[in-house]
Amino acid sequence: MKIIIKNKSDVPIYEQIEEQIKTQILEGKTEENEQLPSIRQLARDLKISAITTTRVYNDLAEEGYIISVTGKGFFVAPRNNDLLRERMLCEMEEAMEKVIVTGRNAGLSDKEIIGALKKFMEE
Amino acid sequence: MENILEIKGLNKAYDGFALKDVSFSLPRGFIMGFVGENGSGKTTTIRSILDMAKIDSGKISVFGLDSVKDTIAIKEKLGVVFDSLYISDNLNVKQIEQQFKPFYKEWNSDEYAARIKKFGLPTDKSVGNFSKGMKMKLMIAVALSHNAEFMILDEPTSGLDPVARDELLDILAEYIEDEKRSVLFSTHITSDVERIADYVTILHNGKVWYTGTKDELTEGYVVVKGAEEDIPSGVKEKLIGFHGYRNGFDAMMKSENAEMLSDELETEKASIDEILVYIAKEDRRERDSKTDKV
Repeated sequence: MKIIIKNKSDVPIYEQIEEQIKTQILEGKTEENEQLPSIRQLARDLKISAITTTRVYNDLAEEGYIISVTGKGFFVAPRNNDLLRERMLCEMEEAMEKVIVTGRNAGLSDKEIIGALKKFMEE
Repeated sequence: MENILEIKGLNKAYDGFALKDVSFSLPRGFIMGFVGENGSGKTTTIRSILDMAKIDSGKISVFGLDSVKDTIAIKEKLGVVFDSLYISDNLNVKQIEQQFKPFYKEWNSDEYAARIKKFGLPTDKSVGNFSKGMKMKLMIAVALSHNAEFMILDEPTSGLDPVARDELLDILAEYIEDEKRSVLFSTHITSDVERIADYVTILHNGKVWYTGTKDELTEGYVVVKGAEEDIPSGVKEKLIGFHGYRNGFDAMMKSENAEMLSDELETEKASIDEILVYIAKEDRRERDSKTDKV
C-alpha cells in the first residue's frame, strides 16, 4: 500500500490517508484480506501521531473498507462485503452524476451521453 | 489508560514568575509536545517533575510514584535530555558510560554500544567536539541503555539542523511504538510537534492554556481574515488576538463559532505557531486596554 502525506496541504492528515487507502481498495490495488500495517507501525513510518492513525483505521472500519480482527490487526475487507459493495456503487453513482452534468454542460443530449458511455465500455 | 505522568495543581513561585495551578497528564505510549513562548514556565515545570525545583504545592506523579518522595525510584526509569550536555566535555563515549553505569540497576552495555554505533557517534573523540545533534543522540543513547520508560526532553530540537531534527523525530517515533513508553518534549519549533505529537500542552504565563490531543487543538481553532466592517455583531467578543490594520484585520477564533461568520470573511486552519502568536496578541491587547482605562 502506498501512502503519501502532503504537509503543506489544507486537507487534514487523517483525511489524506483515508482517501488514499480508500482509493487503493476501490481500484483493486489491494488484495482481499491483505493485512494493513499496525496503527503504531503506520504512525512510525509516516512520523505522525498514533491518535491520527487510530482515527484513520476506525473511520475506515466503520465505513466498511477494512475489518478489525481482535488481536491480529486490520485487514482489507473482502470484496463481497456488503458495505464495501455499497460504497463502490455509491462512488460509481457519484462519478456518473459528474459525467451527466459535464456532458449536459457541454451541450450533449442525454442520448449522446449514453452513446459516449457505451463507446467507452466497448473499448 | 494508565498515565505515565500526572500533574495536579502545581504551584511554584519565583521572583516575578509563577506556575499557577498547572495540571495535565500523559498516558503511556504517547508523545506530548510541551509548547509556549519563552518564559511561559516549561522549564520550571520540567524541573519540578525532576524534583530539581521545590514545588510550593500540588502533586506530581511519574509511573504512579510521587515526584518528591520516590524521586530515586523514578529516575531509574526516566531518561532526561537537556539542550546542553550535563557531562564533562573531555570524556569520550566509553568514559561517559563508566560515569552513568553505577547509577542504574538496569544498565545494558550491549545496548549502549549498539546505540552508539547506530547513531554513528565517534568513540575516539571527546564529547566536547561533538555537534549539538551528536550530543543529543548521546543523551538518548544513555536513556535507552538504562531502559527508560519515559523520556523528558527540554528543547531538544533548538539549534539542530533539519536533518538532525528529522532523525530525532524518527528515534522518538520508534521509542513509543511498543505502546508502553512515553515522551514529553518541550520546544518552540512547533512544526516538530505538529507532525509527531499525540498530545499537546500549551503553557502561557505560567498557566495551562490548552492540554489535550493535538488533533483537537489544531481542529479547534481557525484564523479569520477580512475587513473589519464585515464582522457580524456578537462575533468580535469571540475573536482572540484581534489585529486590525488599514486594509483589514486578522484574528483567531474557536472553530465552533466559525458558523457565525459572514461569507465575506476568510477562514483557514490555525497552525500551532499561529495559535501561540494569537494567544500572545490577545494578552497584549488585554494589558493595553487595562492601561488605557487607568
